[in-house]
Amino acid sequence: MAEFSTPTSEQEFQLNFAQLKPHMNRTEALYESSRCLFCFDAPCIKACPSGIDIPQFIRQINSGNETGAARTIYEANYFGNACGKVCPTEVLCEGACVYNLQDVKPIEIGRLQSYATTKVIESGKKLFGPRADNGKSVAVIGAGPAGISAACELRALGYAVDVFEAKSQPSGLTVYGVAPYKITNEEALAEMAYLQAQFGYNTHFNSPINSRGKLAELENKYDAIFLGIGLGRTNELGLPGEDKINCTGAVEFIAELRQHHHEVAVGRKVIVLGGGNTAMDAASESARLGAEQVVLAYRRGKDEMGAYEFEYDLAKGVGVKGLFNVAPVEIVGNGYVAGVRFVRTETTDGKVQEIAGSEFVEPCDMVIKATGQAKQTEFLSLISGLKLDGKGRIVADAHTGQTSNPKYFASGDAWNGGAEVVNAAAEAKLTARGIHAYLSK
Amino acid sequence: MPDLSINFAGIKSPNPFWLASAPPTNSGYQVMKAFDAGWGGAVWKTLGVPVVNVSSRYGGVNYRDKRLVGFNNIELISDRPLADNLREIEEVKKRFPNHAVIASLMVQSRQEWHDIVRQSQDAGADGFELNFGCPHGMCERGMGSAVGQEPKILQMIVEWVMEVAQKPVIVKLTPNISDITEPAMAARRGGADAISLINTIQSIVGVDIDQFAPYPIVDGKGTNGGYCGPAVKPIALNMVKNCAQHPDVRLPISGIGGIENWRDAVEHILLGASSVQVCTAAMHFGFGIIREMTSGLEQYMVDKGFNTIYDFVGKALPNVLPWEQLNMKYKVTANIHEEKCIGCQLCYTACEDGAHQAIRLNAGTRVPEIIEENCVGCNLCSLVCPVEDCITMDRTDDGTQHLTWRERTEAGDVPVEFNDEKAGGRHHWVPEPTAALGKERHKTLPGKARVLNGETEVPAGV
Repeated sequence: MAEFSTPTSEQEFQLNFAQLKPHMNRTEALYESSRCLFCFDAPCIKACPSGIDIPQFIRQINSGNETGAARTIYEANYFGNACGKVCPTEVLCEGACVYNLQDVKPIEIGRLQSYATTKVIESGKKLFGPRADNGKSVAVIGAGPAGISAACELRALGYAVDVFEAKSQPSGLTVYGVAPYKITNEEALAEMAYLQAQFGYNTHFNSPINSRGKLAELENKYDAIFLGIGLGRTNELGLPGEDKINCTGAVEFIAELRQHHHEVAVGRKVIVLGGGNTAMDAASESARLGAEQVVLAYRRGKDEMGAYEFEYDLAKGVGVKGLFNVAPVEIVGNGYVAGVRFVRTETTDGKVQEIAGSEFVEPCDMVIKATGQAKQTEFLSLISGLKLDGKGRIVADAHTGQTSNPKYFASGDAWNGGAEVVNAAAEAKLTARGIHAYLSK
Repeated sequence: MPDLSINFAGIKSPNPFWLASAPPTNSGYQVMKAFDAGWGGAVWKTLGVPVVNVSSRYGGVNYRDKRLVGFNNIELISDRPLADNLREIEEVKKRFPNHAVIASLMVQSRQEWHDIVRQSQDAGADGFELNFGCPHGMCERGMGSAVGQEPKILQMIVEWVMEVAQKPVIVKLTPNISDITEPAMAARRGGADAISLINTIQSIVGVDIDQFAPYPIVDGKGTNGGYCGPAVKPIALNMVKNCAQHPDVRLPISGIGGIENWRDAVEHILLGASSVQVCTAAMHFGFGIIREMTSGLEQYMVDKGFNTIYDFVGKALPNVLPWEQLNMKYKVTANIHEEKCIGCQLCYTACEDGAHQAIRLNAGTRVPEIIEENCVGCNLCSLVCPVEDCITMDRTDDGTQHLTWRERTEAGDVPVEFNDEKAGGRHHWVPEPTAALGKERHKTLPGKARVLNGETEVPAGV
């Protein structure tokens, strides 16, 4: 296979990781916006977790009012540009476009959305600002889609906001976890800078909140605390040999890739364990980094994979091969990964069962585990009275995001268990209003 | 194969497609190129005392991504010396003896008219078109539409021309008038052989909202121009029909206005034109469009069994009646073909807000439903529907009854008082006015206020 040769420079990396949704120019935006039917009570709006008035912003683009279009988008979703690029639009707005029912290509809503937001970001035009100081302050833990969205909305409501982030950059998975062909670091960070310039929240990077003492400090200093902490590291599989060199977690692998691009080395033959969207990303990325063979190993059948169909198609398109109905038993090798011992499985009545005596070793020199992220239960246990559900998710009020510790509010992956950027952005906006309602009592 | 050739008031042409008098017929080079491409005739860019033009001459009307659905110009008649034009007319006629070359003319005095007609005749022009239509610039000098708007003056000039013309004379009419048949009749009284219409419509195609000046902008200023292009076809068709139906006009008509393809041409012909003229489309796409036009016309004639153009000139005219003669017993009702519906609900919102509240939405489906008893058969829903044949207007009367407004008037059966029981809307259901309030508010709020987790509240002041 090897559709891609190993990138040895930033230029080569950019070629291998070319943007799936490149920017539109004015002409393309005009043509595409002209195709929109402007449906009544449009299905695309309903399909958007943040409820952006899509026909409205498309009409605004069409009439040459890009600033108004961007305002429409940002009014509903502070990650407007990021969502335009990284949202699984195929299953959200674009999937709901009525053109699909006519066997006509749906409107490229994501790209139109990024077109409008990129315009205002580049122009630096100020669309919003903080409301006059109301004398209260909120600490936001985590500068991801949830945290930054909450910070913007809280500033708009007049709160002083301090955002604490363990990493050195904002936007969370947008810059640390999304595949590089979906959004570049530059544009993700440009949107963050644009938002901060307008709303004026304070950010504290490389400032992990990871002890009872630090939490106590925040509790004393702030009127409320917003938890936008997301998820943790890749789950351990508990397999023998998991600690071998070149056996890595997908989340960690992608974070490295986003930061170091072509400097990240990949094996000649990579096995990716998992069937979710992150597995598809890791597999695609391995291929684009020049791996000669990439095998996607999943313990159930192809149709049972959690990944969106278009994500699997994307992986297949770069030469990734699927290996289904196999469960990893051991990572083999002498210090370095040399292969994965699998056992074949069959699914009966929805239950995966191993087939005795069917073990085999699939050789490889790299294993990427895309088997889900752990919840940050250890950290969360430091917050008194904070309830988690059976899956380790924060329990919070559906309307206000308020947790069982009334001073704490939550949104995003730590609450919903792991969803899209758009979900975190939409939830955080609501939760910010929940905080406002609570502190206005 | 059908015969596309025409004999228009004595002017012979291999097909009915002529280039209208305009920039595409400014020179022998262009006309030869056009004939080479397949055009049947050309009306030369108007000859007269040559003019001086301004720079920045055309303006366009775009609709969404479609360019030049409307077009206007502030260019005047030919700015080239008459001798050059006449020499080139002669050259073209020598090379293309069977094609139609018509000299468009615009001068002022009787002597000038006589001189220019004679000289054009000598150059070999097959006919003349008197430009009484130009609505910008020239009319300020008492020519063009200034003549077309004064039937008596128009008639007088036609009479001057007829004194010396030995070739057919076409009078080109301006649409900038309330009744087009008046100048048409004046042309006939003056002795003209044919009429052509419409010339451009006085227009401002747009305003530069940053410079606060109308297009096209000449050094920060602008002026009204002449409007043409696809957008004017409906106006042209109606005026062609008016002239074709008028019992006192009875002149061959060269149809002009919004013709871009064979269909447009057929429509002009069906309403009475026996030649058609094209300008904007050639200015937009070049002379090559003629191939689509002739092949389309030919195919149409084959499909319909027409042998010559004259088999269908004016064929739609008997079906164009005054409103009072339409059958009021005819009834169509909208019918949504569910299997084709894509759920855009444009029909719903159009009928709900723009018509008669005859479409309802039902829970659990995006396919709207026609409320038959409210449907007046206006067509609006079928016009906004983006899916072909998804909404059809089906006849629902039994076809046995026929009653016109005229007949009702004659029978004394029409509403005459303000609250007359006989009026149409009198018994038609309309909703209570206040039922409108807040009905769709939840669907038009900004995104963040939309129903999310059951909340619809908009935070104050944000």
